[in-house]
Amino acid sequence: MTAALLDVTGLSKRFGGLQAISDLALRVGEGEIVALIGPNGAGKTTAFGLISGFLTPDAGAIHFRGRSITGLPPHRVCALGLARTFQIMRPFPRLSVLRNVMIGALGRHADPRAAAARAGAVLEELGLAAKAAEPAGSLTLSERKRLELAKALATEPVLLLLDEVMSGLTDRETERLVGEVRAINARGVAILLIEHVMRAVMSLAQRVVVLDYGERIAEGRPEEVANDPRVIEAYLGDERL
Amino acid sequence: MRWLGALAVLVLLALPAVLGSYATTILILVFFYGFLGQAWNIVGGYAGQLSVGHAAFVGIGGYTAAMLSLEWGITPWIGMFVGGALAAVLGAVIGYLGFRFGLRGFYFVLLTVAFAEICRIAVSNVDAVGGALGLYITFTGDPRQFQFQDGRVYYYIALALMLAATGVVALLERRRFGIYLAAIREDESAAEALGVDTFKYKMLAMVVSSFLTGLGGTFYAFYLFSLQPNAMFGIPLSVEIILRPIVGGAGTLLGPILGSFMLTPLGELSRLYFGQGGHHGLHLVAYGVLLIAVVLFLPQGAYPYLRRFFVGSRP
Repeated sequence: MTAALLDVTGLSKRFGGLQAISDLALRVGEGEIVALIGPNGAGKTTAFGLISGFLTPDAGAIHFRGRSITGLPPHRVCALGLARTFQIMRPFPRLSVLRNVMIGALGRHADPRAAAARAGAVLEELGLAAKAAEPAGSLTLSERKRLELAKALATEPVLLLLDEVMSGLTDRETERLVGEVRAINARGVAILLIEHVMRAVMSLAQRVVVLDYGERIAEGRPEEVANDPRVIEAYLGDERL
Repeated sequence: MRWLGALAVLVLLALPAVLGSYATTILILVFFYGFLGQAWNIVGGYAGQLSVGHAAFVGIGGYTAAMLSLEWGITPWIGMFVGGALAAVLGAVIGYLGFRFGLRGFYFVLLTVAFAEICRIAVSNVDAVGGALGLYITFTGDPRQFQFQDGRVYYYIALALMLAATGVVALLERRRFGIYLAAIREDESAAEALGVDTFKYKMLAMVVSSFLTGLGGTFYAFYLFSLQPNAMFGIPLSVEIILRPIVGGAGTLLGPILGSFMLTPLGELSRLYFGQGGHHGLHLVAYGVLLIAVVLFLPQGAYPYLRRFFVGSRP
């Protein structure tokens, strides 16, 4: 394994009576693509919330680029180069698409003109340039998914956390987004993705981590994990029942 | 748009030469409430943090300048900025409590109302600052005491305040600060995820807004020559401050000014008209009808529609 860019150890989070994450260990190497999968309610999005600073862990440590980011607020985590998207997309609806992406770019380019130029380049790359002047609230689902990605990308991250950016897309749209994610990765951006669209997971991920009831139940190359009986059981239930 | 703005300013500069004193008085109020609305617009309109306690800053600003002048003979021209600074301190305290503990929406509204009410009740009960009766300023006509024989000077001061605040907002709007505030208003968590220090920018917005509002307190006190706790700290003034930007278009550069040109003359003229007819209080009904119309038909305020009508583009 390459040097760990993100190193999560012993991570736990409880919401009332629900142990959402327990003793999770997770590593993402430089330039790696790792998929985090698991049935609904397995704790994937909670893990993202903890890593990106939106939630505070009950126990455990999160190291990013060699320094502890445990308990840092989200904007500090983002400034260090770790950006996330939201499963429930969060565009700034009344602002233009360009403005939306500029907000991500302004962290590295304080001058709005430089930020607008950077945002324009990201929109170009993701095929949204024609929509730059439209209010974000008017975009289609597929466009909003790519806007969510564009905003995160504009912060110039070294690690991108993608929370179900493929869900609800048509096959063609998925294929296109897979290509775009691969191109982003080719520039050296490591990616940790939560995904239910298995075709995307299989073609993108170098490594897959499977969560169930907040615990890591399997880890390995995509084809290994897909044939792991524990994984099949987690998704389909125990056939003996 | 630019030459239109310059033309409007020139017209406003020339108007006192041809207007009677009643019309001048109405315009002074238009500018003054436009100024207060613009100051509120920074935190309420751009950052979307609904403060309904901005009267507290007017009160702190006005009382500070008046007390410094009455007790120590310090000119209100200096007292104005001391008052603004104290208002900014209060703004920082309210902002810290609200933003650090994540009070949003109604809860932030309640916090700001509560602080303004605490100030009002406190000032009403401290005899050293005039208690419930308030303070009166003797008219001397001395410009060093912020007093003028010629009423038109107040006109120009009020106009300068409104234009200055609008200049500040125009500057903020184009910079990172203003863009971040709009992001916070639209979706705070999304802004935070994109690297925006939402606490810091909300605090800054609150401090700038309360400082400017505090400056307005001095004008209020020395234009009316009297300070009453209920008038200067009360909820009615807070509501007056936020109505204009909301009607004109919160979070837009010209919304508060447009709103003030719509509401202030309506309020004053209907007060006069219904007052003479013996129907005191009926002017509030006219006010209410306009408000309901705006909420129903122009939910983003009048300015975005006016702009689309003339320019054809979105803000």
